[in-house]
Amino acid sequence: MAADRLAPAQASRVTVEVNGTTYEREVESRRLLIHLLRDDLDLTGSHVGCDTGNCGACSVILDGTLVKSCMLLAVQVDGSSIETVEGLAEGELSPLQQAFSDHHALQCGYCTPGMLMSATALLRENPTPSDDEIANAIQGNICRCTGYWNIVKAVKAASGQEVGE
Amino acid sequence: MLLREVGYARPRTTDEALGLLAEYEGARPLAGGQTLINVMKARAAAPDVLVDLNGIAELKGVELGSDGTLEIGPMTTTSELIAAQEARARPILGEVCSQIADLQVRNRGTVGGNICASDPTNHLPPVMVAIGARMTIAGPSGERTVPADEFFLGVYMTAVGPGELLTKVTVPPGRSDGFSSVAVGKDGTCIANAAASANGGLRVVLGCVAAVPEVIRPDGTDAEAVRSAVRAAELTPPGDVHGSSEYRRALAEVVAARATAQATERVGG
Repeated sequence: MAADRLAPAQASRVTVEVNGTTYEREVESRRLLIHLLRDDLDLTGSHVGCDTGNCGACSVILDGTLVKSCMLLAVQVDGSSIETVEGLAEGELSPLQQAFSDHHALQCGYCTPGMLMSATALLRENPTPSDDEIANAIQGNICRCTGYWNIVKAVKAASGQEVGE
Repeated sequence: MLLREVGYARPRTTDEALGLLAEYEGARPLAGGQTLINVMKARAAAPDVLVDLNGIAELKGVELGSDGTLEIGPMTTTSELIAAQEARARPILGEVCSQIADLQVRNRGTVGGNICASDPTNHLPPVMVAIGARMTIAGPSGERTVPADEFFLGVYMTAVGPGELLTKVTVPPGRSDGFSSVAVGKDGTCIANAAASANGGLRVVLGCVAAVPEVIRPDGTDAEAVRSAVRAAELTPPGDVHGSSEYRRALAEVVAARATAQATERVGG
């Protein structure tokens, strides 16, 4: 948990753990979290899609909670732990990523980092989700290729459940 | 997107937050940010200082009193309210919160933020008016309590004045409530919504049809009585890309009747 800041500051020192690595950066207060990740930490897996909190391509897991990183200030995550799509694969693809590949759950791939983080958050809470539960979990993630059905299949397969052709 | 330069402070207590709001002209509280950050991107608001309320533990949490009264900390996120066992004492709260936007937004967006934004398309303002919630507001001159039906003053305007904070939402006991909306997509922006409460007399409150929630008092609980009360209110809702004024007026009757039916089905339940 970050220290309090009682004097309003235009910029401050932010310490944040991302995918297990601790980073310390001087950050302008106006900077969005997505830009800290992409531009300052060079973690460009999380995407900027709409930049209005609708598309979910920037979704990351902040202290265990799924959030849209274009809707937070970077200074707000001081002292926090963040998981991004870069943290999913350990040497080889995670079972969820492999399932996305096996089930052709990405077309252009732009939404994929956000989809993967939403699905990761879902499978932690609910290891064997139904199709409806998967659809609800990715409701905040828009796939403009409209390839939702294969994404639902991939998440279901990653949970070890049978999926139809 | 690059926001305009802004100062940032993160107090630990309500008193510290009020002190910051008093000290810095152009300071504005930041709740979940799921509205305000977007508004700042669009430069529709450009506060000089953001007073982040996320570090104030006393503004979070849901408590259930022995008489069934709920006290909700305004910085409770909508996801936290949905998950809170205590909040099931008034089931409509969790039911409506679970229809707000999407999981990511619910995880960050707060009950107080949804209320204080006073966006006519938001879900919670008509619910709060229907269930007779009371809003506690703290400011430099102390604390006061305002009933929900006097809280919403206009589009983006509430009884919470500059330098003040909503510090508590008090919800009386009751279970016979209903909510209905027609939205853009399944859980998108409401085109018309209505909340109804049949704990004692029937109160139906319409959203999206005026600057503030519109209270309707039908003289019966059947659909026709509700619809005729909505017609008698002679609403002049705004028209926009999602629906014309006439369409909203017609929808208002429909959602009012549906919300009432849900509320009255639960009487005694």
